[in-house]
Amino acid sequence: MDAILQQFFNIEIMAKAMPLVLKGLGMTLLICAVVIPLGALGGLAAALGSVSHNRLIRWSAIAFVDLFRALPPLVLLIFIYAGLPFAGIRLSPFAAVTLGFFLNNSAYFAEIFRAGLLSVPVGQTEAARSTGMTATQTLIWVTLPQAVRNVLPDLLSNVVEIVKLTSLASVVSLGEMLHAAGLVRSLTYNASPLVLAGGIYLLLLWPLIRLISHFERRIAS
Amino acid sequence: METVSNRAGTPSTATLSLRALHKSFGTFPVLNGIDLHVQRSEMVFVLGPSGSGKSTMLRCCNRLEEPDSGAIWVEGDLLTGPGVDLNKMRQRIGMVFQSFNLYPHLTALGNVTLALRRVLKMPRAEAEAEAMAALKSVGLSDRARHTPAQLSGGQQQRVAIARALALKPTVMLFDEPTSALDPELVGDVLDVMREVKEQGMTMLVVSHEMQFAREAADRVVFMDGGSIIEQGPPDRFFAAPEQERTRAFLSRMRG
Repeated sequence: MDAILQQFFNIEIMAKAMPLVLKGLGMTLLICAVVIPLGALGGLAAALGSVSHNRLIRWSAIAFVDLFRALPPLVLLIFIYAGLPFAGIRLSPFAAVTLGFFLNNSAYFAEIFRAGLLSVPVGQTEAARSTGMTATQTLIWVTLPQAVRNVLPDLLSNVVEIVKLTSLASVVSLGEMLHAAGLVRSLTYNASPLVLAGGIYLLLLWPLIRLISHFERRIAS
Repeated sequence: METVSNRAGTPSTATLSLRALHKSFGTFPVLNGIDLHVQRSEMVFVLGPSGSGKSTMLRCCNRLEEPDSGAIWVEGDLLTGPGVDLNKMRQRIGMVFQSFNLYPHLTALGNVTLALRRVLKMPRAEAEAEAMAALKSVGLSDRARHTPAQLSGGQQQRVAIARALALKPTVMLFDEPTSALDPELVGDVLDVMREVKEQGMTMLVVSHEMQFAREAADRVVFMDGGSIIEQGPPDRFFAAPEQERTRAFLSRMRG
């Protein structure tokens, strides 16, 4: 029992690891702050493309979404960071993470936005257009607000997934939280820093998960 | 008002003119050459069995459906054809839908102000004043801050009428405005439509409310198989229909 406490819940080691892990948390949050808005915008663009009347735009959008949903994000990230240099394209760890997660997140956001857009009855568009609103005005003021509201729990779930996904950035030595915790673990031969990082993820994401449940109940009622 | 015959009115004098309108869905013809002229302040009621093309005809009148051929004029201005500023024209053509189609994420007031603010570019205060006036005219000024979910079907449809009226259109299209309502809520909506007519609005109404047609319409048009079979003032239309198909339809409706 004591050995388990020593190995996983060593307060002393956690305290020592804390500054580095918190610095890693800062990087995790920075990645999220860049990648989530970018992915959401990219996803919205791809979703609009996938419901476009223009066949070329529609097919391109669907191909994009299919490709990056099928490609494992770890494979994508390693390819961008370690594969592209063979073509002379050398990206910093942060740029590689941003690009890889942008492509991956856009594809997932696109599917959610697409479902949201399709959930808005066509009568809404007809009503708006009958008052002289343009297609763009109709999208901004009528269709999109309802689409987002209808898929809000799924959008937030995707945000949770992305926060967890950022730990993949450790494979390209970007100093986010898992990378920091792993570093301390290897220096101390003790798993407590990993438990610490896990605890911080839990504290960070649990409120968001409660919020999602709240929205899901509200939509169901 | 004098009786308006099939040929009365030209595209230049009628408020709404349809000329030789054809429309097919795939190979199935829905409209087989519709000619219809609605005069200023006239309420024209369109009756017909389902599948007769009456809703499609109505939806062509603001080009929610594109006619295959033929022409439509609003106050002498061509609505169909290339180079028409459709969004501009649609401001002059109000439409009320069977399923209300209120924006569920906005209040009643927000539903009415949206086009005023985004299409007419009115400042918020002015748009809200206009919208409140429109809501008052349908008897719902006390419901301005309610969302559609908090309103009855009849109230929702009256908000939808206010939304269309607020743009001060020259003609209003009603696509089965009471078909989705519980029977006890139909009366309120019909009362509002009667008031809209009394204000001098030009109205083209697709509906099954025969009693209302008899009381309020200036003219009744009967459609079947994508064509206008017969039309006339309601007294004559209901008392002495000329065509066999009209008689058969009316007797079915009366049960």
